[in-house]
Amino acid sequence: MKLYDYILSPSCYKVRLMAALTGVKLDLRPVDFHPGLEHRSPELLALNPAGSIPILEEGDLILTESSAILVYLAAQAAPEWLAGTKPEEAARVQQWLSFSGRLTANLGGARLHEMLLRPGDIGALQAQGIAALRELEAGLVEQNLRGERFLAADRPTVADIACFPYVALAPDGGVSLDPYPAIRLWSRALRSLDGFIEMPGIHRLHELKAEPTVEESKA
Amino acid sequence: MSVQAMIDEWYPVGIAAQLDAAGRNTMLMGEPIVVAKDANGQAKVTGGNGRLLPVKMRYGHVWTSLGEPKKDLFPIPEADQPGRRFVDVGVVRVRCSPLRAVENFLDVAHFPFVHTDILGAEPHTEVQNYKVEIREDVDEVWATQVKFYQPQAAKSASGGITTEYMYRVAAPTCTVLYKTCPPRPSEWDVITLFVQPLTEELCDVWPWMALFDDETSMTDLIHFQQTIFLQDRSILENQIPRLLPLDPGMEIPTRADLTSIAYRRWLKRHNYTYGAQLVAQ
Repeated sequence: MKLYDYILSPSCYKVRLMAALTGVKLDLRPVDFHPGLEHRSPELLALNPAGSIPILEEGDLILTESSAILVYLAAQAAPEWLAGTKPEEAARVQQWLSFSGRLTANLGGARLHEMLLRPGDIGALQAQGIAALRELEAGLVEQNLRGERFLAADRPTVADIACFPYVALAPDGGVSLDPYPAIRLWSRALRSLDGFIEMPGIHRLHELKAEPTVEESKA
Repeated sequence: MSVQAMIDEWYPVGIAAQLDAAGRNTMLMGEPIVVAKDANGQAKVTGGNGRLLPVKMRYGHVWTSLGEPKKDLFPIPEADQPGRRFVDVGVVRVRCSPLRAVENFLDVAHFPFVHTDILGAEPHTEVQNYKVEIREDVDEVWATQVKFYQPQAAKSASGGITTEYMYRVAAPTCTVLYKTCPPRPSEWDVITLFVQPLTEELCDVWPWMALFDDETSMTDLIHFQQTIFLQDRSILENQIPRLLPLDPGMEIPTRADLTSIAYRRWLKRHNYTYGAQLVAQ
């Protein structure tokens, strides 16, 4: 399974992260997105006329939408990452997969503008990004009230992986995560999953020191 | 803050290979400038009031100055050495003082914590003693005999090695790093950080490398360096105060900070204070 990949792309990282969490082996083909703009080269445009990455290639199958790639990896290697049979859960997974496209546009757009000097209306991108973060925060709080720690269930699904990277990298685009405690807890829960991998700007959790032994009080 | 002392220095403002006739609107020390290719294919840099600025093409980049440079651009002899591969890593904007971007590059102690499993790893956190001097003849800051254990020192390294470094500050916002070259132990790999000061708290960083490595693809070389630098970026954007403090009242350095202290002293001595905080607040 070949992934056309860029190390700084949050959308490519979604795929690398999903593969790491589900034990899928990827054959990485690095794309010189910056400064080379290789994603707009004839070779890559022939694979994906939209001129975006990631692109996943396996045999005759070519996937160019990151959410579809996540679903493909999960369906092959770890179906528990897909929606279960409950209608609400299935709908929530779809809801957040679609929502993740907005994050790519607003928080991702702000990040590209602030970091790699790509054009864009930075004020509008940041404002839309903040609106999306508030929506996500509210969604996570509601999930917590239902006793569920992740976006669509009490277990992580493809929806969490679809939303996590652009949210975690919001500060790269000048959007602070300080006001969102539920998002921070959710990020922590995702980063503590077995097999989690990092990317520049998304750090691993520091190893926690062992709990101190507290003697029972005799008083 | 003083623009004056730094105004006659050369600054990077673009990648030579990416020049075009349409031009790139950017900034240098608060002044809007345009970097373009003229009718003869030469680089042309225009200042805010339409005046033509001096131009040099060197080390893969376009260089200019708002003032009248008294010195030529600093030399990097390795740039003319046959067999090296030259890597334009590409611009990255960072919301930090240009001086802080340089200072961070000079620091070794952060490797295990920021570049975990690449340039450092716990428990190998000790910065061994090294030498720092301000070389009066060339007016540069040099740190030598810097040694550090690195799990993956370069794209060309397989497995952990103790890497030797030399650091050099060649201009107020330009620094050159020489490090052990895994495939060719008798040579140094050259990794630079050229910083374009946009304002006192905003800069465009243009990393560039001159390496001996015939195996790794150009894209992999670029991505290795971008990975490292983007790990630094989030740290740089969170440093407080945003300006680099030159007043020793605020901080207590340790021995590992020798290079940083020499850099700050050198900046202060020359009144290179664009991006610096002079009195602790």
